[in-house]
Amino acid sequence: MNETIALIFIVVGITFDLFGCIGLVRMPDIYNRLQASTKCVTLGTCGILFGVLIKFGFSAAGVKALLCIIFLLLTAPVSAHALARATHRSGVKLWDKSVCDKYKDDKDALS
Amino acid sequence: MKFFRWLLGSVFLAGTIIFIFSYLKVGPQAKLMLYLLVSFLLSLFRVLKGPTPADRAIATDIFGILVIGFCAILAVYTGRDWYMDVAIAWGLQSFIGTLALAKFIEGKNFDE
Repeated sequence: MNETIALIFIVVGITFDLFGCIGLVRMPDIYNRLQASTKCVTLGTCGILFGVLIKFGFSAAGVKALLCIIFLLLTAPVSAHALARATHRSGVKLWDKSVCDKYKDDKDALS
Repeated sequence: MKFFRWLLGSVFLAGTIIFIFSYLKVGPQAKLMLYLLVSFLLSLFRVLKGPTPADRAIATDIFGILVIGFCAILAVYTGRDWYMDVAIAWGLQSFIGTLALAKFIEGKNFDE
């Protein structure tokens, strides 16, 4: 029973990983790529690690998987936000069909 | 031309998925790992092709997160615990490396 639930979580996680990487190749703009890939890959990897936690129970490897989930949920949005901010500040243009740029509006209002 | 590129990509992707699912004579665990390796190849394609340096930084970040999942699957299907140690260490190194790359792209020094 535990094996089946763990396998279901692992398969769902791998599906999300694959879709996130398709988004990384397919999207037209760097900001769209960042948004599509980071969220999907974080959720997929957390699914895989949760399947590992169910498979091993609360042994040494299972607790390490739980620690890895918490660490990943803390650090992946931070690194994605830092990359997006650095990209916008280094002057990369948005896609020409994008309609909204709130960060540029804020910088114009401050200066 | 754009439609042709779209058709080529979708045919390649669907062909790879169907080939792994039905024609390859390996076990189901190896099939799961091969699907994950396809996503590794897609992120490496973005590292090779990306127009700006920030694209390459994002693709290496995604690559680091994928390696954590791959180490977890290896820990399940080989039954060895120390792959989880590798996953935690890789996650730490990837996070710090991504922050350093973000500072470098922004064009400032490390101490401001």
